[in-house]
Amino acid sequence: MYGLKQDWGQRTPPRYFFLEDYVSDVPRWCSGCGDHSVLGALQRLARDEQLAPEKTVVVSGIGCSSRLPHYMKTYGFHGLHGRALPIACGVRSRRPDLDVFVITGDGDCCAIGTGHWIHAIRYNMKMAVMLLDNNIYGLTKKQTSPTTKLKGRSNTHPDGSPLDPINPLSVTLSVANVSFVAQTIDWNPPHLYATLQAAHRHPGFAFVRVLQRCPHYTPEVFEPVQKDRSLVLYLSHKKGIQVDGAVSKLFKNQAEHDPSNLAAARAVAERADAYPIGLLYQKPETPRYDLLSARGLDTPPAARIQAINRLLDSFQI
Amino acid sequence: MELAVAEGLHRIGPEGHLPEHPQPVDQHIVEIVSDSGEGAQTAGQLFGSISARMGNGVWTVEIIPAEIEPPPRSRPGASGNRIRLGRTRVTNSGDTADVMVAFNEQVLFGRIDSGALRPGSRVFMDNKWATDPQPEIRQQYAEALEEFRKRGYLVQEIPLEEECKRLVPDPRRGKNMWTLGLLCSLYQRDMNIAREEVKRVFSKKKTDTLERNWQLVQAGYEWANTHLPLRYQISATPSAEPTVVMNGNQAVALGLMAAGIDVVSMYPITPATSATHYLAGVLERAGGFIHQAEDEIAAVNFAIGASYAGRTAATVTSGPGLALKTEALGLAVMAEIPLVVVVVQRGGPSTGLPTKVEQGDLLASMFGQPGDAPKIVMAPSTIAECFEFMIEARKLAETYRGPVIVLTDANLATGQQPFPRPDVQEKDLAPPIPQSPWPQGQPPYAWDPVTGLSPRPIPGQLNGIHVVTGLAHDEHSHVAYESGTNQRSSVMRSRKLATFFRTLRPPKIYREPEGDLLVVGWGSTRGAIEEAVDRVRDEGKRVSALHLRFLSPLEPGLREIFSRFKKVLTVEINYSDDGRDEAVPPEARRYGQLAWLLRGSTLVDVDCWTRVPGHPLQPSEIENELRRQLDLA
Repeated sequence: MYGLKQDWGQRTPPRYFFLEDYVSDVPRWCSGCGDHSVLGALQRLARDEQLAPEKTVVVSGIGCSSRLPHYMKTYGFHGLHGRALPIACGVRSRRPDLDVFVITGDGDCCAIGTGHWIHAIRYNMKMAVMLLDNNIYGLTKKQTSPTTKLKGRSNTHPDGSPLDPINPLSVTLSVANVSFVAQTIDWNPPHLYATLQAAHRHPGFAFVRVLQRCPHYTPEVFEPVQKDRSLVLYLSHKKGIQVDGAVSKLFKNQAEHDPSNLAAARAVAERADAYPIGLLYQKPETPRYDLLSARGLDTPPAARIQAINRLLDSFQI
Repeated sequence: MELAVAEGLHRIGPEGHLPEHPQPVDQHIVEIVSDSGEGAQTAGQLFGSISARMGNGVWTVEIIPAEIEPPPRSRPGASGNRIRLGRTRVTNSGDTADVMVAFNEQVLFGRIDSGALRPGSRVFMDNKWATDPQPEIRQQYAEALEEFRKRGYLVQEIPLEEECKRLVPDPRRGKNMWTLGLLCSLYQRDMNIAREEVKRVFSKKKTDTLERNWQLVQAGYEWANTHLPLRYQISATPSAEPTVVMNGNQAVALGLMAAGIDVVSMYPITPATSATHYLAGVLERAGGFIHQAEDEIAAVNFAIGASYAGRTAATVTSGPGLALKTEALGLAVMAEIPLVVVVVQRGGPSTGLPTKVEQGDLLASMFGQPGDAPKIVMAPSTIAECFEFMIEARKLAETYRGPVIVLTDANLATGQQPFPRPDVQEKDLAPPIPQSPWPQGQPPYAWDPVTGLSPRPIPGQLNGIHVVTGLAHDEHSHVAYESGTNQRSSVMRSRKLATFFRTLRPPKIYREPEGDLLVVGWGSTRGAIEEAVDRVRDEGKRVSALHLRFLSPLEPGLREIFSRFKKVLTVEINYSDDGRDEAVPPEARRYGQLAWLLRGSTLVDVDCWTRVPGHPLQPSEIENELRRQLDLA
């Protein structure tokens, strides 16, 4: 920005990161795709939090949204379909110094990776997880996903999906040890940004469902919601997601929701009349598996050898 | 009570009378079999470790039913231990049992079904069933004894339960130790050593538990001294160097620790789990972490994530787990992420024979992935190698930047053998994670065009930023769909195996370097194959053996070695069509897994003799086949 990076006197920190320090390739997503917004918000968040790019890892599965790591100039792992979470947990397990973000989609997370999703919630390892939910399989060209609405048409269900969709919020809120659940929309950048920021700052597994537009395959799903803000239920609370008053006042349909109340969070998640956005639930003091998994990292080689030798003693005859 | 001496005992001496002196033997096979939960395994392992300490060669192997608590007195419920003792080193579990202690007659039937007995096998049988309150059990018992004698077993009833009842209220908790005492008398074990070993095993229990168990051992010993006019003598030479006794899974676990493996990620699966059970208790002492994942797929992906982040990682599994890990292993090959994968093979396909040995995962390890997924596959042949290969595998995974699969099996996993105590060294631990900046401009896959090798940037390293992907990619890890790029990166990944191949030496031939028949094996069958070869070679037949540790790439010089023999035959524990089976046209014949590989890579008409009996191949079975093959030649 204006060439300020290299100069501007002695008050410049030794390393200061600009937005372009997190920008890699030009995204290959369709124009109007909600993934662009999430990428932008993530890059701004990294800049604002001054995350060292080499200490940041973005892990994803397979699908349209899972291409996101390629567009971040940080370390990235574009893994296997459905397996972003176990890979991310492995990364996190013994590298507490890294910032871990996970990008997953409704097929990746709620279909092929469902088992990992449930257990990753329970492990509660510190990472910010973004479920980019467009209600459809995009990369494989329009198949029904677990979040496709009843009667939603697709190439696998030309007469419409025969079953009610999974509610990712309700599922997440039902898992033991859940510690952070939020929902946001890709078409309101301030809210999206504030939600990602809260997720990143949460000391545990922060699950954010981003309602994400797919103008190519499912414009009928979120376009009406974008146009009619009454279909969004804005959750307000002093412990919730904070956005500028100019943004929050756009949403006439508001509800005060205390994110420390799990039962209330489950009720909000079940609302059929509007999409709640904001922080549904947070419990920062939830036990964290990554604090267990990182134990013993500093064991010096001599102590390790000594421990192994003691064990060998017990087998010696 | 007056002890009836079974008729068989009179046949011991050459003149048909009782020997006054112990009968010297070179080696003997002893089995203790019981219902599950009666402690026969503990007794067997103790008998093995006592003998090992005295300086005998020992191989012990568990007899495990598939269920935790199968119904009592059932054939498939046989649970226990086989202990093979020798004057010198013992390399396998051998043929049929010489001495069998059975807690009931039904579990003995189970062992007969498994081919564990022969005419002349000596059977000590608990006589409590003769007076069982249930008439049908009394009848089963009487009929069984008659059948056993008809089969030529030398059956002697012993008052096992009755004697134990004098010492403990619940004889189910005592018969094993009493039996240990009996065996100690039969084989003239050093009772001071026996006491120390019993103490070691029960050291964590209450003092009175230890006392009671030792009383039982002594009682069994005294009873046998008084009532059994029979002793065996297996001379022993205590080793001067420090020796350890453990099973293959414990050796794998300790080997992973000695290799400096930081993360072991697993999902419970028989027969691999005992390795991770052991690690669960001890890995943290060496600073490592064991993760029990939600499934096999998560287990391997967690390990891949940890390894990507610069930590050394391993996953331990068995056949069905290997199948589930297939896709992730392809990712580790494609993205060149080091990973140690231990596969403790069991019978397959599908759930197969969960507790029984097979060598059926070789081709799945090599070719399981769609597309070309070159990786190193190696197979230890002894318990000591189970330890050593972990260190080797970790180093190879890092040097060659990809997964290394180590194939052990249920035979090695549960077999116990004494071997020289390994020397654990700091240099074998994994080096620390590099944190210095990555050379500016160097791509994350800076493939050496000749070797295919490349250094690996780790998160945290400045200038090393890249995005790992399972998609086809160029040296910058950029997704690339151009035809040339995919061809080139495929060459680079494959070339690593050729590079590793060049560091290998031709394998050593066991016995003469040329002859009529060469037997080629891999993995846990080595001891049995070499014993069979010895028996036949000692008669002057021209047979030798070759055992392969590296299956992918295959070790060098095989074609030349094969050319020195009239015939080459693999012996494996996996399925192949029998060449004599008239239902199978020769061109349709499906070969053993190593035989497929050798035929393909050497263009030699390698034959195979393979079986899937669910138990380790007995040397005598192999011996019979070798004789048949030599007669044909």
